[in-house]
Amino acid sequence: MSREVEVAGVGIHPFGRFEDRTITDMGVAAVRTALDEAGVGPGGFQAAFCGTAYGGVASGHKVLTRLGMTGMPIVDVEAGCASGSAALMLAAGAIRGGAHDTVLVFGIEKMPKGMIRSSFFEPWQEEAGLSATPAYFALRAQRLMRTSGVTKEHLAAVVVKNRRHGVTNPDAMFRAEVEAAAVLGSRVVAEPLHLWMLCSPNEGAAAVVLRAAGTGGGGGPRVRLRSAVVRSHLPGSVLSESTPLSGLVEDDAPAATTLAATAAYEEAGVGPGELDVVECQDTDAARELLSYEELGLCAPGGAAALVDEGATTLGGRLPVNPSGGLLSKGEPLGASALGQIVELVHQLRGDAPNQVEGARLALAHTVGRGANAGVVVLSR
Amino acid sequence: MTAAGVPVRPGLFTGGDAPRLLGSRCRSCRRHCFPRAGTCPYCAGSETEPVELSGTGALWAWTAVTTAPPGYRGDVPYGLGVVELPEGVRVVTRLTEADPGALHEGQAMTLVTVPLHHDEEGRAVLAYAFAPRGRAVGPGRGAGPT
Repeated sequence: MSREVEVAGVGIHPFGRFEDRTITDMGVAAVRTALDEAGVGPGGFQAAFCGTAYGGVASGHKVLTRLGMTGMPIVDVEAGCASGSAALMLAAGAIRGGAHDTVLVFGIEKMPKGMIRSSFFEPWQEEAGLSATPAYFALRAQRLMRTSGVTKEHLAAVVVKNRRHGVTNPDAMFRAEVEAAAVLGSRVVAEPLHLWMLCSPNEGAAAVVLRAAGTGGGGGPRVRLRSAVVRSHLPGSVLSESTPLSGLVEDDAPAATTLAATAAYEEAGVGPGELDVVECQDTDAARELLSYEELGLCAPGGAAALVDEGATTLGGRLPVNPSGGLLSKGEPLGASALGQIVELVHQLRGDAPNQVEGARLALAHTVGRGANAGVVVLSR
Repeated sequence: MTAAGVPVRPGLFTGGDAPRLLGSRCRSCRRHCFPRAGTCPYCAGSETEPVELSGTGALWAWTAVTTAPPGYRGDVPYGLGVVELPEGVRVVTRLTEADPGALHEGQAMTLVTVPLHHDEEGRAVLAYAFAPRGRAVGPGRGAGPT
């Protein structure tokens, strides 16, 4: 019989720019915090999965070598923006299946400033100007705007909301509120997306210790991992995160996020209407609104209304990105998904800086190149 | 019309006055893809036949890139978008129009080739692009037949 999985501890190294610290330094800080919280020492976990996209060879080993905690399998996991989700999925599966009782999951990243250079693209695509990642976000944003009531003002409202949420997050890179006019006044990166509507690739680390429910001690509220699902894309959509050079006019295949969400809801035995709080991929402001639809938080075309109602702001009926989201935190690819888990675990324990009153059921979502989409459901 | 030079990668498009994108059609599911591929990305069929895709289509999505992405040595801003071809394919492509406000959904577009930059031997390196049909895009850039 499949075992239940719970979160034994979490830790985070702030997301931002840290010239004096290596990716390994940041990983050590996050892992130590998570292991301390879980009361786990050397020999206390049987496997480790490390999410990173840019870390390079044996990134996870370097962190655990510094801590003198090696000998168990240490596996680096690359799944683009969903690298942390994929690491979590592997760890949860190993516990459920009985292979391990306690598994360490962490994510680390140290990215250069500016537009991401991805080995995903062939050299000729870079040469031809087809590797402009924000332009693909912009095309997706334009299609969302043309097929729903979403306007540039809605995009700005998402930025204003998330930046307001980020003010109280000590681990966020940007902690100042912004006004809609300033967002719309920032330079156009790729119409309709302005600079402040895009998150910043940056640096950081986050860690989560998972264990089989009932195998650890300690008091306090238990946070259960109900599902951790990763899905890739189905062929067809020219604007899918798989970033193809062509697609089909008849692209009726569900998005990778929808595939992951459907499976995650089923595995957890819950529906989107039961969620209390969500952290979702706001790589750009339109991506958050698209995620509302793809996660089933609203019907197709309903994202603008959620913004207009203030439903997804703190105090609304379903707060989204109370941490400030990637728009406030920045996006260290390998760490960002686990950063969401850190936020939601605090929400479910009841001690988050932007606490959603009485939060019992939470969802985390990441999606990016691959395509890779990760959806994680947690409950108290 | 087409610009003189060498393609950014062989096998993507034909030269000449009326360039065409080189795609494939699956012998099993009959769907088209670009670039050319020996296996079908839609049904995993292993038998595909080479085709020249239509040189005209309809604009479906568009934007302009204002900052040079990594590895790109050409000019900014430049247009980027998606054009629907009659074969049922949507193609990601450069656009000759870099002002998003000058374009509209469904606009008729024609395939042209455009110079990106010059190689060590001084030859223009060419990419495929779609131009609004009937609109001149300046000397040396190539414009579609009207």
